[in-house]
Amino acid sequence: MAVCVAVIAKENYPLYIRSVPMENELKFHYMVHTSLDVVDEKVSAMGKALVDQRELYLGLLYPTEDYKVYGYVTNSKVKFVMVVDSSNTALRDNEIRSMFRKLHNSYTDVMCNPFYNPGDRIQSRAFDSMVTSMMIQVC
Amino acid sequence: MEAAAGGGCGSGPPLLLSEGEQQCYSEIFARCIGAAGGGAGSGPPEAARVPPGTATAAAGPVADLFRASQLSAETLHQITELCGAKRIGYFGPTQFYVALKLIAAAQSGLPVRIESIKCELPLPRFTMSKTDGEIRFGNPAELHGTTVQIPYLISEKNTFKRMDDEDKQQETQSPTMSPLASPPSSPPHYQRVPLSHGYSKLRSSTEQMHPAPYEARQPLVQPEGPSLGGQGTKPPRHQASLIRSFSVEREPQDNSNYPDEPWRITEEQREYYVNQFRSLQPDPSSFISGSVAKNFFTKSKLSIPELSYIWELSDADCDGALTLPEFCAAFHLIVARKNGYPLPEGLPPTLQPEYLQAAFPKPKWECALFDSYSESMPANQQPPDLNRMEKLSIKDMADFPVPTQDVTGDDKQALKSTTDEALPKDMSEDPATPKDSSSLKARPRSRSYSSTSIEEAMKRGEDPPTPPPRPQKTHSRASSLDLNKVFQPSVPATKSGLLPLPPALPPRPCPSQSEQASEAELHPQLNRAPSQAAESSPTKKDVTHSQPPSKPIRRKLRPENQATENQEASTTVGGPASVGAVKPHPTVQKQSSKQKKAIQTAIRKNKEANAVLARLNSELQQQLKEVHQERIALENQLEQLRPVTVL
Repeated sequence: MAVCVAVIAKENYPLYIRSVPMENELKFHYMVHTSLDVVDEKVSAMGKALVDQRELYLGLLYPTEDYKVYGYVTNSKVKFVMVVDSSNTALRDNEIRSMFRKLHNSYTDVMCNPFYNPGDRIQSRAFDSMVTSMMIQVC
Repeated sequence: MEAAAGGGCGSGPPLLLSEGEQQCYSEIFARCIGAAGGGAGSGPPEAARVPPGTATAAAGPVADLFRASQLSAETLHQITELCGAKRIGYFGPTQFYVALKLIAAAQSGLPVRIESIKCELPLPRFTMSKTDGEIRFGNPAELHGTTVQIPYLISEKNTFKRMDDEDKQQETQSPTMSPLASPPSSPPHYQRVPLSHGYSKLRSSTEQMHPAPYEARQPLVQPEGPSLGGQGTKPPRHQASLIRSFSVEREPQDNSNYPDEPWRITEEQREYYVNQFRSLQPDPSSFISGSVAKNFFTKSKLSIPELSYIWELSDADCDGALTLPEFCAAFHLIVARKNGYPLPEGLPPTLQPEYLQAAFPKPKWECALFDSYSESMPANQQPPDLNRMEKLSIKDMADFPVPTQDVTGDDKQALKSTTDEALPKDMSEDPATPKDSSSLKARPRSRSYSSTSIEEAMKRGEDPPTPPPRPQKTHSRASSLDLNKVFQPSVPATKSGLLPLPPALPPRPCPSQSEQASEAELHPQLNRAPSQAAESSPTKKDVTHSQPPSKPIRRKLRPENQATENQEASTTVGGPASVGAVKPHPTVQKQSSKQKKAIQTAIRKNKEANAVLARLNSELQQQLKEVHQERIALENQLEQLRPVTVL
């Protein structure tokens, strides 16, 4: 399961970022931040002509020794970044995809709320609970 | 019991309890234990009914109970001393029973002595205030209470029988948990007896005396009638937790309906919500879009995060639109929140769209349905606050239309008239849709400037006063233009002349009639006749016609207005045109002159069009300025009102 989940807006500021409570959450924030470059790289690599066929799931962005970072970008250039524990080898690509799909669905539900202004931080409880269900229970 | 009482009571005499007293006291004692020992559980009373020697009631609940007996503190002190609890430091069963008996004695006016309890006494009376009773004692009983309330029991035979038995025994006892299960509890009694609070208290008392049957009843729960659907068996715990939180907030009320079910919508509220829905969306089976709903709910002056959360709760299918049941649920949540209730963690079962739809089918205006519902629904659970607020609000609604109308009516009308004029410009000849959309736009706009008290927030949905009489269809755009008045008399004429009479080709104009023909040419050329060539052919008849000349260029504008304007323009231009037309030699250059005239008239036509458009532009600019000024005025009003508002 994920150790950290982040939703980044089109302008590359976080709409929602949540990590498993550990000592150095800041580390996850940095990882997400650096992964944005990789996301942009992948997105631009596909080229404008392939925008229609561009897949939303970006796959493994980059691995570190402890963690792996996966990315997903929506058609409105909102990025989902997920950090998972490397030791969790049981996690397969399909599972990651399904997790991103759930994230995307919850995100669209948040968007459907007329009281949500795009660009605000996401404070939806339903979204929170969904993310919690995806995150590792450390303690 | 007596032996134990005798043994444990120490210096007191042996305690003789009658059958009824014994039952009653043991119940109360059990509840004290239960409340003390982790009241959130649903410990069956049998389990809590531990053998007398081993249980102790915590001081807290007991103190509350004693306070509820409404005896003076001194008396209570005496009682506690006498019963031996102070000595031994806790309320054992014997002490508890002695204390209860002493309370009964004190309430009957006997002195607080040990000797008093030797005789037969009525049962002690406890009138709990809601908060105390519910918090301490309510926990197990609430559960039971709620299990009874929410599902309208049909299998009341057991309960009824039991109640009969208990009635005789405990008729005089005010229930400790009365607040909780008071009104809504037993549907059979609804159907038989009009729900009076006293009776319901009695009923609830008897019910609470035997919470055990509730649990037996729980599996037997059947929703009353089809309307209550499958929600009957929803976890009562959830309700209990909700209600506990609500009850804590509510002020103690002695003889009032308790809010055991604040999330239930009464008929009255339902009607109100539906009317509001209708005001936003005429078709009850359709839905309200997110932005419309947002504007509407924003008027409730709740914070955006709260509104966002309410939306999350109520929009079950997350489609960004609210159907009627979703809207009712959202509205109800807003109303509840305004009344101070905390928002629930999840959508209460009584607010689920399926439940609401089943409970209040769309064509709910049948009386038959109403009768069956009115018996069961309205009498229940509505928290009196909520009810009163709603009634207040609905009454205020009636009152408020006048003042708000004064305040906002003018603005609204002004806005509406301007929007009326603004809108049809964009649309072709369809005044119906501008009417709806403009009224919709105007209404929220005007309402947003209304004051912000709760009542007004409640009645914010009231329909605005009927809009000013719509300007005539034909002149809706130009109602502010002078042309309207100028050409009013020509309206019938224009209307009649709307049908583009294909001008019958007149005989070729002879030279003597050139002047007349030239004028006639102008008119037909300004006609709506399709082709320029056809138009150019002079139609003397058209001169006599007051036919509305219209130009293909001006298709966007109202044809009648065009016609009138053109007519006006053409009349002014007709003079010089005719003069100019006379010049070319008629006989020799008839055709070329015709062509020239055609060109010239075309030029003139364009000039006229320009003139008219310029005039329109200036008029619109004027209107825009007026609207701006109104807006500034309204903003000033809002600023002035702002420090006055409470919320």
